[in-house]
Amino acid sequence: MSAVRSLVLVSGDPQSLARGASDVFSALQAEIKRLGLQDEISLLMTGDLGRHDALPLVIVYPEATIYGPVKPENVPWLVEEHLYKGRIVPELQASAAELTGQIAWLTARQGTLPAEQRVVLRRAGLIDPEDIEEYIAHDGYEALGKAVTQMSPQEVIEEIVQSGLRGRGGAGFPTGIKWRFVAQVDNYPRYIICNADESEPGTFKDRLILEGDPHSIIEAMTIAAYAVGAQEGYIYVRGEYTLAQQRLQTAIEQAQALGFLGDNIFGRDFRFNIHIHTGAGAYICGEETALIESLEGKRGEPRPRPPYPTTHGLWGKPTVVNNVETLANVPAIILHGANWYRQMGTKNSPGTKVYTMLGNVNVTGLIEVPMGITLREVIAIYAKGMKNGATFKLAQTGGSSGSIIPASLQDTPMDFDSYSRAGVSLGSGALLICDENTCVVDLARVLLRFFACESCGKCTPCRVGGQRARQILTNIAEGVGSLSDLDDLETISTHLYNLSNCGLGQTAGVPIRDILRHFRAEVEAHIRLKVCPTGVCAMSGRRVKVR
Amino acid sequence: MALKVQSRTDISAAVQAAVERHGTTAEALVPILSDVNRALGFLPQDAMTAISRSLRIPPSQVLSTASFYQMLSTRPRGKHVIKFCESAPCHVMGGRLVWKALQDALGLEPGQTSADGQWTLLTTSCPGVCGVGPVLIIDDEVHGNVTPEKVPEILAQYQEGGTSQ
Repeated sequence: MSAVRSLVLVSGDPQSLARGASDVFSALQAEIKRLGLQDEISLLMTGDLGRHDALPLVIVYPEATIYGPVKPENVPWLVEEHLYKGRIVPELQASAAELTGQIAWLTARQGTLPAEQRVVLRRAGLIDPEDIEEYIAHDGYEALGKAVTQMSPQEVIEEIVQSGLRGRGGAGFPTGIKWRFVAQVDNYPRYIICNADESEPGTFKDRLILEGDPHSIIEAMTIAAYAVGAQEGYIYVRGEYTLAQQRLQTAIEQAQALGFLGDNIFGRDFRFNIHIHTGAGAYICGEETALIESLEGKRGEPRPRPPYPTTHGLWGKPTVVNNVETLANVPAIILHGANWYRQMGTKNSPGTKVYTMLGNVNVTGLIEVPMGITLREVIAIYAKGMKNGATFKLAQTGGSSGSIIPASLQDTPMDFDSYSRAGVSLGSGALLICDENTCVVDLARVLLRFFACESCGKCTPCRVGGQRARQILTNIAEGVGSLSDLDDLETISTHLYNLSNCGLGQTAGVPIRDILRHFRAEVEAHIRLKVCPTGVCAMSGRRVKVR
Repeated sequence: MALKVQSRTDISAAVQAAVERHGTTAEALVPILSDVNRALGFLPQDAMTAISRSLRIPPSQVLSTASFYQMLSTRPRGKHVIKFCESAPCHVMGGRLVWKALQDALGLEPGQTSADGQWTLLTTSCPGVCGVGPVLIIDDEVHGNVTPEKVPEILAQYQEGGTSQ
């Protein structure tokens, strides 16, 4: 996929095909060729673009103009006007009313740039993060005021439940339900913890939120505290994030000075304080129970769950643990309401998601887009295509909460449910996009090395399984693996999933499962032919003893 | 971060400052250990004993916590600590060759300190600066977009009289 001027997608679901999508596609192909545009325009037949009454659909990027229903006889006009002369053809555009599902949000796009839709990052980069006045000037602390003065704690919880906000740390648990659990437990004190121990490889969204808009986290935590009846909050920040720590400290002091934290917030009988707690470098502390152990001054070893932190959290008390990105959504939801929030994203995964784009693409960095966008769109539009015109091979969605996504799944909408149906995971939002020069054995070996290093060692499956899998993969990468190793790898992967105590171990086997499911031939080539098809692995013939 | 024998007064001053800053509750343990580690370069036995007394926590728990976290060290480290990111994003963007160049230049295995006390070589999991991978961190300075050719240049910045930082 090289960088092209425009990307044209034709819906190719059965319904569209029944209505002549193939003819539209060939007409587009012929017309683009007739005008000599084939090198500048990439034309693709995709899967289902969403249920609607305007099939077949033609979507032209980067403008994200949606045409439909398109008939073959419309094509010459459409191509000449839009792709040749650059003028949108309003007569052929699908009306917004006819569009539902995953592409409805595209109609909200304006201008010619591929619009991002920013909720979480709406202020990042626009305001001075060290000046509370600027935050207030951009609707800051308005949501807190609304919650505390106009809503009961139950109403706040209901609003979040209704919004359908789901945890952005990787697991996707409904945030409002979590708050409700904590509010229901008759045990005091209760605590709010913001999990800012972001360490999934390839993820740095939370750092940008904390550095760019620290007050939004203070405000969100205070709203959460009001909702569940907590008086103390902790932000567990990763030790390496020194700038984020300083900015949060400044933000807390400013909020205290203006009465957004402390006693009698907004003149009500409500007090809340926030403490910053700095981690000391342990990936596992991103797991919520390990984080709590670490906060209590111990080794960051996860607790068995249940009981969950909602009933037995910090110091054994009911505790809300929310990810930074999750919390950053809260003020906007309270301010604009659950219905506003539900207009973005998909039915079961409303809202936006922040992704970090990395790897062999032309543009890397952070984007915030509605849930339900596809990987193909991310690569073609936001990442501006693969580097050096290479071919997309796979994407890795980051650390222990993600999986390896082959090119065949690049048209799957990126939301919690579509991904879990496809057997993959969205993870923390890192998109490590790899081209055909990436070796899956090498990649899995690096990931397993990570898990083996970061295992806390408390439970045996993870401590031993991770090491063994890493050794076996190393042997395969050195050209001394055997086919029976693959059976062993599958067994280890299953055992890791079934027997490990926490999420780290449970997902440590996922890279193995994914490469064997999607790229088995390539793995077997290392063993049967003693060749690494991409030429990455050393194949030196040195054997590591598997213990 | 010097490889020198810490005097008792240095140690008790560092512990006292950290305890005053973070208090003596159990939850202050990790922040105190971090502060002392930063002040002294590592956590000497005497410092951990002093912390255990101040916080009324068994010395075994202090050691167990101190030995768990990557940013804390119970052994002396070199003058400059090099942390190389070995996570998948940096690896895919060419980190493999940078790591080899780094090891060749220093002659060290991960976790080792050079005989002259100049360098400690460590690997680290993702520090979250993947936009400029491959990344290596020397002391607290981040070097991004590193290529194998750049490795000797970067190391030289720290060698000349040890004045940089």
